[in-house]
Amino acid sequence: MLATKQQQADNKMMAISTTDLSLWYGTFQALFDIKLDIKQGIITSMIGPSGCGKSTFLRTMNRINERLDYVRISGKVDVMGQNIFAPEVEILQVRKQVGMVFQRPNPLPISIRDNILFGHNIHSAGKTGKSEEGEIVESALQQVLLWDKVKDRLDHKATALSLEEQQKLCIARLLPVKPSVLLMDEPCSALDPKGTEAVEELLWDLRGKYTILIVTHNMAQARRASEECIFMLMGKVIEHRETGEMFLTPQHQETADYIEGRYG
Amino acid sequence: MTTKRNAESVAAAADFDKLNRDWYIDKAVQVLVFLGGISAIIFIIGIFVFITKEGMGFILGDFSFTEFFFSQNWRPTSENKATYGILALIAGTASVTGLAMLIAIPFSLGTAIFIAEFATGRTREFLKITVELLAAIPSVVWGFIGLALMNPLIIDIFDVPVGLNVLNAGIILGLMAAPIMTSIAEDALKAVPDRYREAAEAMGATRWQVIYKVVLPAAKNGLLGAVLLGVGRGFGETMAVLMATGHAINIPGSVFDSVRALTATIAAELGETAVGSPHYQALFTIGISLFVITFIINLIADLVIRDVRKG
Ligand SMILES: Nc1ncnc2c1ncn2[C@@H]1O[C@H](COP(=O)(O)OP(=O)(O)OP(=O)(O)O)[C@@H](O)[C@H]1O
Ligand SMILES: [Mg+2]
Repeated sequence: MLATKQQQADNKMMAISTTDLSLWYGTFQALFDIKLDIKQGIITSMIGPSGCGKSTFLRTMNRINERLDYVRISGKVDVMGQNIFAPEVEILQVRKQVGMVFQRPNPLPISIRDNILFGHNIHSAGKTGKSEEGEIVESALQQVLLWDKVKDRLDHKATALSLEEQQKLCIARLLPVKPSVLLMDEPCSALDPKGTEAVEELLWDLRGKYTILIVTHNMAQARRASEECIFMLMGKVIEHRETGEMFLTPQHQETADYIEGRYG
Repeated sequence: MTTKRNAESVAAAADFDKLNRDWYIDKAVQVLVFLGGISAIIFIIGIFVFITKEGMGFILGDFSFTEFFFSQNWRPTSENKATYGILALIAGTASVTGLAMLIAIPFSLGTAIFIAEFATGRTREFLKITVELLAAIPSVVWGFIGLALMNPLIIDIFDVPVGLNVLNAGIILGLMAAPIMTSIAEDALKAVPDRYREAAEAMGATRWQVIYKVVLPAAKNGLLGAVLLGVGRGFGETMAVLMATGHAINIPGSVFDSVRALTATIAAELGETAVGSPHYQALFTIGISLFVITFIINLIADLVIRDVRKG
């Protein structure tokens, strides 16, 4: 009894907390009894060989995986203490709460301004005044350090920006609806080293305000840009610890092998 | 050792000869394909030259621009003074095509959205095949439906004396144009990359918000192309409008008025005119006008659709 109370208190501190989370694509099981607690306000990175289920895990957190009708999920996922699969929970609210950045930058083929306002408009009931819209756009773009670069061409198509700018825009457009968690699936893999560095700096800036969970194949990036690190293998979580410790003294042989590049 | 090498080089030389023959075949095929490719252009130019030649005598002779386009008196067989005004025929074609589009646009757009965005698996395949089947119905069958089915129906429902009118032909033409418009519109919707939908859904947009805020704007050129092709189809259609409009020269005041279309006029009268007579040449001048109009519409549609592929 006391233990459960203690646990509940802990859960309150967690941004994401999963128990026995399993996922099937048709008959293929991609996640096995995942138990994870991801702390609020820090950057957690997720590493593991290709196909181990990192994207699948991320996509389950904002329920975007349910676009596919052959996906089946069992187990429990709490985001900010709320079970996202509870029947009374609205899927749209979950997606507002948990923003997602994809591997390939995917701004919508509309203007920069409309991209930023997209989330805001679909989630706000009434009409927003012009000046308020302007403030929203400026503040979101300021936060991703893009404002000065694009402030004179807010009406240009977002798809005409460079990849780095597109990816920053994709982060910026999540911010106006004030999500608590940002999921990022290899956000830098389409970017050059300079772009990668810029986005990493940005993540570091956003730390504290948002809980960030970032998937990466880049060991160095996980090391320098995250505070905790999760290692996954074949749909299971092998190890989850403070990043520095994990890279210095991995507890499992598999982790050590992967970090040293002995897996694909 | 050396002999073997010699033998090898001889073999190589023989291969080289063979390559040469392939080269000629390749060239020949290239020329054939090229001829096939430009034959379409040659035919179009040929047709245009032919109808222009046939109509030219009229254009250079009795033709009066104002009478032809702005008079509603089409009396080519009048004993005293024949007049050739096609304003009423233009009004007939335009009113029928306009009504047809009013019906076909929402219909085909709705179907295309359903097929592209909602239907899955079997339903989707079934719908696509049905749409293609609809496109394959011959226009005389549509005309027959207008004549035998819609005509009494319209008389009954609206209590009007004749059921062969703008309403009848508009509905028939709308149904005829809808399948091809649906097909093209669906292609345009399918061409919108799925990652846009995913991006919007991941932000919490509903299916409908995704469609009207993301998919439709992104596909708007393709959709416009679909509409223009439908309009072109409407202008050019002959048999069904001949049968369903009532074929009366008239500038319609309501959808219950009978009208006559440009195409139907040519079809109905050309066989009964003396080759080379002013009437014959006037019909060819209508043909030239139709040719130019449909050509422009198709050209615009084509440019618009190509723009989609590029973007
Ligand atoms: N839509 C899908 N349908 C069926 N199987 C899928 C689907 N998406 C992923 N899978 C399978 O699920 C497993 C996990 O895939 P996932 O994309 O989550 O891996 P990942 O760790 O993100 O890999 P990567 O590092 O290559 O991105 C893989 O075996 C993959 O083949
Ligand atoms: Mg992945």
